[in-house]
Amino acid sequence: MKKKYSIFSLVKNAFSYHENWEKAWKDPVPKKEYDTVIIGGGGHGLATAYYLAKKHNLKNIAVLEKGWIGGGNTGRNTTIIRSNYLWDASAGLYDHALKIWEGLSQELNYNVMFSQRGVMNLAHNLQDVRDLKRRTHANRLNGIDAVYLNTEEVKKFCPIINTSPDIRYPVLGGTLQKRAGTARHDAVAWGYARGADELGVDIIQNCEVKGIKRNGDRVEGIETTKGFIKTNKIGVVAAGHSSVIANMAGLRLPLESKPLQALVSEPVKPIIDTVVMSNAVHAYVSQSDKGELVIGAGTDDYVSYSQKGSHDIVEGTLNAILELYPIFSRMRMLRQWGGIVDICPDASPIISKTSIKGLYFNCGWGTGGFKATPGSGDLFAHTIANDEPHKLNAAFNLNRFVSGDLVDEHGAAAVAH
Amino acid sequence: MFLISCPFCGEREQSEFKAGGEAHIVRPKQPTELSDDEWAEYLFMRKNIKGIQYERWNHIHGCRKWFNIIRDTSNDQIKAVYKMGEKPPVK
Repeated sequence: MKKKYSIFSLVKNAFSYHENWEKAWKDPVPKKEYDTVIIGGGGHGLATAYYLAKKHNLKNIAVLEKGWIGGGNTGRNTTIIRSNYLWDASAGLYDHALKIWEGLSQELNYNVMFSQRGVMNLAHNLQDVRDLKRRTHANRLNGIDAVYLNTEEVKKFCPIINTSPDIRYPVLGGTLQKRAGTARHDAVAWGYARGADELGVDIIQNCEVKGIKRNGDRVEGIETTKGFIKTNKIGVVAAGHSSVIANMAGLRLPLESKPLQALVSEPVKPIIDTVVMSNAVHAYVSQSDKGELVIGAGTDDYVSYSQKGSHDIVEGTLNAILELYPIFSRMRMLRQWGGIVDICPDASPIISKTSIKGLYFNCGWGTGGFKATPGSGDLFAHTIANDEPHKLNAAFNLNRFVSGDLVDEHGAAAVAH
Repeated sequence: MFLISCPFCGEREQSEFKAGGEAHIVRPKQPTELSDDEWAEYLFMRKNIKGIQYERWNHIHGCRKWFNIIRDTSNDQIKAVYKMGEKPPVK
């Protein structure tokens, strides 16, 4: 049993200069065999392992991570959480996650710094206005809080936005989801890792998967850099590298992996207390608790695993940011980075069984997976434990690309693909 | 960010080009005779290789012509460029 984090443990550890904190998770040597192995130790993978152990009572679970916990896309995203998606299936999926977020810090006894500061999506042309109004209505029919704001209301909610009618893409309005917001991305991975470790999950870092061993139509084990691991259930949550793992198993996925960039500025005093996203000009910005502006750019249009994006993508985003927020014109950027995102043709994820028995995929989250972390883990755990999807992720099966029953969320994905 | 040698215009910045995805996916001769599985395979499934990938590009802000390149997607290094209809050069 781990010691509970509290104000008392904080004070107690302060007296020993914070040098005696117990390790949040162990560093075990992999066993020869596991009942279930999760490939990918990001937020989604760790959440999957956590819920497998917690809600489905499975024992003997391992999470394999090729790098370190929190070093992949979990630590590279812009931490935005919202559920204002258009279609019923997506609304169910993302709002399920949002509801778990609301109690996550308490459940994990780990402060994930979930902040419901609201997310505003801006409209810059007549079609945007129509689309966003439609989406607001759809959201409300699905029980998701959403309001449409006119230009004055946008200005009132976020005064630093330039709402002048003579800018290149004037702000004609926007939507607001007040329950939406941000969370501390590293804390989500660390909190789930600590929680899963406490429930007996082996979190194995620096362990790269090199091959999937199949016996006919079922899986038998995994070749890794730390030796062969026998298992008959594998959940793959490898984000940008999903296709690489799928190729090892002889499976093809409808994914393309592309660099997605983000950048942060030098820290400044509080200036923007919400999250503002703009689909049309492609700029989104929020402010971290450290004071940095967190800015998201778009994806490059070519397949790449290099974790580097093109400069012109960043330049385009910063042009848009400066037109919308002239106040930021002399801000200096501190860091810029890329992450590799796995994009589905319909901009919706895949949480699904496959044609191979015992092999499950949770992928295709593309540019917006962070917001779904708790819900994705919960539903993927259900899918693995019961060998059939939960009703909330039934629509997100791999077979939709055969049946044609796609869930087109390009409008709500808010990042240009 | 990298440079691409357009076979018609010479070396230009990647931002002048539009990526057209995986190359050498042959359109089925008789689409009406395909099963749903085969159609999905043609339409959606991609190799999405980490490593040497064959792909199509268009010099959209230049000559607007299509051509093929062979690129290592793990580090964006271009191995070869060849025109549409040509056989890929053997590495």
